[in-house]
Amino acid sequence: MIEKPINNRAWLLVLPVLAFVLFSALLPMMTVVNYSLQDSMGANNFFWNGDAWFRDVLNPSTDIGARFFDALGRNLSFSFAALLIEVPLGIAIALCLPRGGWAVGPCLVLIALPMLIPWNVVGTIWQIFARADIGLFGAAVNGLGIPYNDTQNPVSAWITIVIIDVWHWTPLVILLSYAGLRAIPDAFYQAARIDAASRWAVFVNIELPKLQKVLVIAVLLRFMQTFMIYTEPFVVTGGGPGSATTFLSIDLVKIALGQVDLGNAAAMSLIYNLITITLCWIFYTIMTQLDRRRDA
Amino acid sequence: MARITLDGIAHSYDQDLSYALKPINHEWTQGRSYALLGPSGCGKTTLLNIISGLVFPSQGRLLFDGKDVTNLPTEQRNIAQVFQFPVVYDTMTVAENLAFPLKNRGLGRAAIRTRVSEIADLLGLTSDLHRRARRLTADAKQKISLGRGLVRSDVAAVLFDEPLTVIDPSLKWELRSKLKAVHRALDVLMIYVTHDQVEALTFADEVVVMKDGRILQIATPTQLFEQPEHTFVGYFIGSPGMNLVDAEIDGAEARVGEQTVRLSARYNKPPAGSSVRLGFRPDYTTLVAGGDMKVRVQRIEDLGRRRLAKVSLGAQDIFAVVPHGQSVPGDAAGIAIKPERLFVYVNDERVAGEPL
Amino acid sequence: MRRGVMPRVMLIAYLAMLMLPIYWLINLSLRPNEDIMSRMALWPHHPTLEKYFFILNDPTWVHAFGVSLTYVLINTVISVTVALPAAYAFNRFSFIGDKHLFFWLLTNLMAPAAVYAMPFFNLYYAVGLFDTVWAVALAHCLFNVPLAVWILEGFIGGVPREIDESAAIDGYSFSRFFIRIFLPLIANGIGVTAFFCFMFSWVEQLLATTLTATNALPFAAVMTRSYSVSGMDWTLLAAAGVLTMIPGAIVIWFVRNHIAKGFALGRV
Repeated sequence: MIEKPINNRAWLLVLPVLAFVLFSALLPMMTVVNYSLQDSMGANNFFWNGDAWFRDVLNPSTDIGARFFDALGRNLSFSFAALLIEVPLGIAIALCLPRGGWAVGPCLVLIALPMLIPWNVVGTIWQIFARADIGLFGAAVNGLGIPYNDTQNPVSAWITIVIIDVWHWTPLVILLSYAGLRAIPDAFYQAARIDAASRWAVFVNIELPKLQKVLVIAVLLRFMQTFMIYTEPFVVTGGGPGSATTFLSIDLVKIALGQVDLGNAAAMSLIYNLITITLCWIFYTIMTQLDRRRDA
Repeated sequence: MARITLDGIAHSYDQDLSYALKPINHEWTQGRSYALLGPSGCGKTTLLNIISGLVFPSQGRLLFDGKDVTNLPTEQRNIAQVFQFPVVYDTMTVAENLAFPLKNRGLGRAAIRTRVSEIADLLGLTSDLHRRARRLTADAKQKISLGRGLVRSDVAAVLFDEPLTVIDPSLKWELRSKLKAVHRALDVLMIYVTHDQVEALTFADEVVVMKDGRILQIATPTQLFEQPEHTFVGYFIGSPGMNLVDAEIDGAEARVGEQTVRLSARYNKPPAGSSVRLGFRPDYTTLVAGGDMKVRVQRIEDLGRRRLAKVSLGAQDIFAVVPHGQSVPGDAAGIAIKPERLFVYVNDERVAGEPL
Repeated sequence: MRRGVMPRVMLIAYLAMLMLPIYWLINLSLRPNEDIMSRMALWPHHPTLEKYFFILNDPTWVHAFGVSLTYVLINTVISVTVALPAAYAFNRFSFIGDKHLFFWLLTNLMAPAAVYAMPFFNLYYAVGLFDTVWAVALAHCLFNVPLAVWILEGFIGGVPREIDESAAIDGYSFSRFFIRIFLPLIANGIGVTAFFCFMFSWVEQLLATTLTATNALPFAAVMTRSYSVSGMDWTLLAAAGVLTMIPGAIVIWFVRNHIAKGFALGRV
């Protein structure tokens, strides 16, 4: 590894990015921090509340705390389920795609289509598609003899959200993996044949290591998006039935806008944000350090 | 142990509309080293890939020791190949890389270990055996690719596809001598593809010169230099390449422009409309006063070891050497060539004449 | 590698699954509302393009489509332009706080839009950009700029450092080197990054809806509004949904070769 030269003037190249991101990030973030540390006794009358909101949210025996930990559990299991399906499926489909020829273009366009639909439309499609009476998916699943109703049965609702996410976002993993696979020079495959490597050995020793960088992006992006999931459950199940699909962001909006409980909502969103960042950091560190450690 | 026979091998990538490789009959023998030399796109890599089984020829048969392997997949042929860019398995150590082909072929652990250390020794990789392969330099990685081929004791031929392309120039020489040492030590058939004549001529026992999918000449480096069978060979090999001038042939004489020069043999009249050229190496052409043909000196290049003159012969430019101690003649400049160094090429192919 | 039939079968099965909901959307867009709500029909028995004509002839819808395209394009241009030098800096140099800064940028991808919608509204209202395409274009920079930096950094990592050095030796100024020599080398990456920016800006509708009212109402917001007026007009929604796929499909068609050429984001 060549060491990068130290050059603090590189900051100049980063400044525009900083300006654009700070403009949108700083004030909203400060507003939320503000709310999280104050209480209001009515219109625009705030006083210092210290870490009280945070203690409430992080205490599972309070009402808000219980809600928070329930929703957090749902978020974690949802992200876990979605990643567990999407990443292997995405890599598998990328391996099945043709390596060249006329079919590549049409295949890529078809695969990318679900990602290009605005999120509320995605919800709308599935709202009808999953209905047992007039939707193909609901009718088909019921037709197979599996009781399914995404608006009344919590398990159905939960599975529906996972399926929507898999449908919607596996294409991202496919596109990134496919691009990563295409970047592997033919000589690697040829050498593997000469060495009589099995298909599995080729995958483990050539393809997977070369996919590492694109997979870091795919996994992190997918983790962030699934962990912040909002629109799909909001449109399709409204967080229900009961609270089966009330994920953190849905609960937050309910608390902030439904109950106008800004203090709790703000504290909760900061904790939520912190958890997301921490988990991403862990992912990022594991995926990038793993390799370096093996070298040593 | 191994003999590779090309029996009418030809290949087309577009259903016989055009040939990347025109029909070839040839035999490569055990223990020798061959170089496939030619400009890019001449079909040398296609030929190499046919031998390794990465490409299946559209015509002809490929025999290993008389056994037809034309349709056998790569992994069932006993060949090894080193590619232009180093191919190593990133996840593995050097030792694991070397053991990989043996492991895939179900060899026992102990056997693998002895074989790996033997080959690592031969290639000078022993001290790196337990390092991860991806951190090594390009030349070490090329050694690993080579090593993965050599560990297999049954290997019939080692194929090289321009293996020095990404190697640091200062290390090229070292790696090349390593290759020669390995060749001497292991007595295997080696086929080496390159577009660099120096690499080809220094590496190989026999060089196959190719152009546009056709083999132009197969010969030892000396023969290629002394008796090029094709104008391209004459021009491509040697620096500068062979002088080629348009001429008319009349029996044992050739006319170049207004001047006549004597040949060493009597030639039949070439068919009308064919291109007739006289070829002679600059190395065997000396600039003298008088000489066989009159020339006009354009410039003299002093290359240290020798002096080279660029001169005009009629309307055509050629090169000649200026012997040591010889002053450059002025108006009376001419070139002297021994008749047996003059070759006649009709439509680019060398033709033989009847001895006088 | 020679491949068997299995991959093809798997691919076709996957594509079929993938296309079913989209087929369903098209199917819905061609059937009258009463028909949609009363029965399940595998194909439209009396197809009608009525709602498509309605949308294409209605100034509100057409204007909204233009608005969406405008802020998406502005955002894509801004994101890629500012991300390029930053990605170069992150890949080529060490500087004080580089790693922290890089990770901080990424954390902006992790802010749930639902939470920050109201503060965003306040901010853009205060600076007088509310209800303009610029508000949405700038707001989307929050996640698109870090994403663009991230992806481009990978592409830049694939370009050997020797190129920079030889350009410096040849006496190129940094800006001339960057524009004339470096950008063409990562054209592939710019195409892919632009696609991702376009996509994420095009599909985001929570901020887009919050930051606009009438003048700069995005397409997705018109859709949302159309169902609060007189119950759900499913046909209209479906038709609009089909239309929203078109710009993205065109963009991906243009970048398909960049993807097919492959990128490993860093040295292979």
